[in-house]
Amino acid sequence: MPREMMYGEAMAAAIVEEMQRDASVIFYGQNMAMTERDPMLKMFGKNRVRIAPISETAEIGIAVGAAITGLRPIVELWMSEFMLVAMDQVLNEAPRLRYMSGGQVKVPLVLKAGFGFAAGWAGQHSNCLYHTMMGIPGLKVAVPSTPADAKGLMAAAIRDDNPVMYLHHYMLTLDTGEVPEGEYVIPFGVADVKRAGSDVTIVATGWMVKKSLAAAEQLAREGIGAEVIDPRTLAPLDIDTILASLRKTGRLVLVDQAPRHSSAAVVIAGEIAEKGFDHLRAPVVMVTALDASVPYSEPMENYLLPNEEKIARAVRSVVAERAVRV
Amino acid sequence: MTTNLGNDRLIWMYTQMARIREFEEHVKRTFLEHPGAMRGHTHLADGAEASIVGALASRNPKDFVMPTYRCHGQAIVVGSSPRKTMAELYGRKDGLCKGFGGSMHLADPERSFPGTSAIVGQSIAHAAGAALTAQVKNTGQIVYSFFGDGSSKQGAFYETLNMAAVWKLPIVFILENNEYQAYTHVSLEDANAAAGDPLSKKADAFSIPGVTVDGTDPLKVYAEVTKAAERARAGQGPTLIESKFYRLSAHGNAITVPPVPTQFPEHEAIGVYGNKTEFKAAKERDPLLLFRAQLLRSSVLTENELRRIDDNARAEMDDAVAFALASPLPAPEEATNYVYA
Repeated sequence: MPREMMYGEAMAAAIVEEMQRDASVIFYGQNMAMTERDPMLKMFGKNRVRIAPISETAEIGIAVGAAITGLRPIVELWMSEFMLVAMDQVLNEAPRLRYMSGGQVKVPLVLKAGFGFAAGWAGQHSNCLYHTMMGIPGLKVAVPSTPADAKGLMAAAIRDDNPVMYLHHYMLTLDTGEVPEGEYVIPFGVADVKRAGSDVTIVATGWMVKKSLAAAEQLAREGIGAEVIDPRTLAPLDIDTILASLRKTGRLVLVDQAPRHSSAAVVIAGEIAEKGFDHLRAPVVMVTALDASVPYSEPMENYLLPNEEKIARAVRSVVAERAVRV
Repeated sequence: MTTNLGNDRLIWMYTQMARIREFEEHVKRTFLEHPGAMRGHTHLADGAEASIVGALASRNPKDFVMPTYRCHGQAIVVGSSPRKTMAELYGRKDGLCKGFGGSMHLADPERSFPGTSAIVGQSIAHAAGAALTAQVKNTGQIVYSFFGDGSSKQGAFYETLNMAAVWKLPIVFILENNEYQAYTHVSLEDANAAAGDPLSKKADAFSIPGVTVDGTDPLKVYAEVTKAAERARAGQGPTLIESKFYRLSAHGNAITVPPVPTQFPEHEAIGVYGNKTEFKAAKERDPLLLFRAQLLRSSVLTENELRRIDDNARAEMDDAVAFALASPLPAPEEATNYVYA
């Protein structure tokens, strides 16, 4: 039975359910479980739910050491930028240890972090860092865009035997949607078609899925059918679902909150240039953030980031290509 | 000799020290005898034998051992096959890590040696993670975390010791002060050393015990590490032990670019600082020679018996080299294995 839940609640529910299911799952981070009243602490005790100091290198490094010796740690990192002080552990330890040991160890851990907080958090707390992570062999990257995906991807992340970066979008935290109750696991590497359409394929992640769906509504009123695809995991990346859609539509708009060259869009564009060239009836268009740090003041922030209007404009431009190309 | 250890344990200690020394001598000779057989960077434990063996003499078989990229010595003491270890250094199919890791990334999880990191200081956090596993699962295991003096200037050191102290993790931090952080003398880059203080003073920052021990004497190391291990087993948390000895080889083999053959340079004391006197004095305090003398003086072993142990160690490592040379290289397409579990 599905029930209405907030995105933030849904990922928390998955953590609770997985911790009930598997005693090797532990959960720690800064500014959590601080008092005896904490519900997680009440449920699972001080051994499995812990408070950590502001020490990302040690928090993540300890998770790596715990993972290779038999635990399944979830590290609450709050904001993805906080990991930047611990990038060795994220990019050069967790994903490498299994490989370097010739497959002797596994590193099952979840790094949970929010991202993309476009609410006046300015230059250092509003970024999208997934491009840096999605290209590291050994690391998986999940980016849920709905409450149901938030739950299903978190469950899958915890059960995965590899290090998983679980990036939840801050602007979606209070969004509600139907979430299946009980065990609900979404396999990694399976994109979801969030809306069907036959004129153009839009690929988006996180908050941009919501923006793209809103743009698609607007475009439908203009007679343009946009198919919106959410890869849900950027590593592994389901290119096949995008290609299948492209075969039908012949047009591709990639929407990404990151600046152009640090976007997931640029990776997808490269894959499509190689594998989907014959299906393209118009150039691929990337709707990304402009190449600047995220500004504090609202009108500038809005100007910088992709929005419904920019997405709709990009779609109209590729659809108009029909006249020139055919 | 003041120790509560029986002769069999003392002989075990000397034997392990001799095995480490012979292994490292064979590694060093490989650069001349089998040029090209080893690639990249290799870091030796000669000079560290007493420290490694003295520390691990207090270990229960399931206790975790978590060293750094300078990890050959620990692998030998936990019982990893020297054949497979040498084959790993030679990049062979039969290597401990099937040729995926090399000298800097030995791992033998079956022997509670879950892996190493070659980024300075980072494995200290992994070691604390293994201690967290032991604590959460209440397994009774403790962790021996080995790292160099250079590591103790990394953020990972400070962050991890703080967390290990707050969480009372069952771990012994063994800071191997071999006087040189790669090529830089410790007095040039460590505030405690520059002030003439022991590096174990860093323990005060975390309100945990910190002791400095003569790392050239396995019995002294054993005595201090035993206390720390008991403390860890009793749930009282970590101890920082500064074990002082002198690295008898250079930091690692020379970093050469192909086709220049890799070789082993002179120790930095001579090569960089021109300090032959310091190096000569260190050679005279070679832990193997000192422990031999102790064992002879207290009649634990005779000259002949000691020689037999040395000869056996040499033969064992000759065999390891022969095995490594005979082992095939991995098939190229193996390279995409083990990326994901």
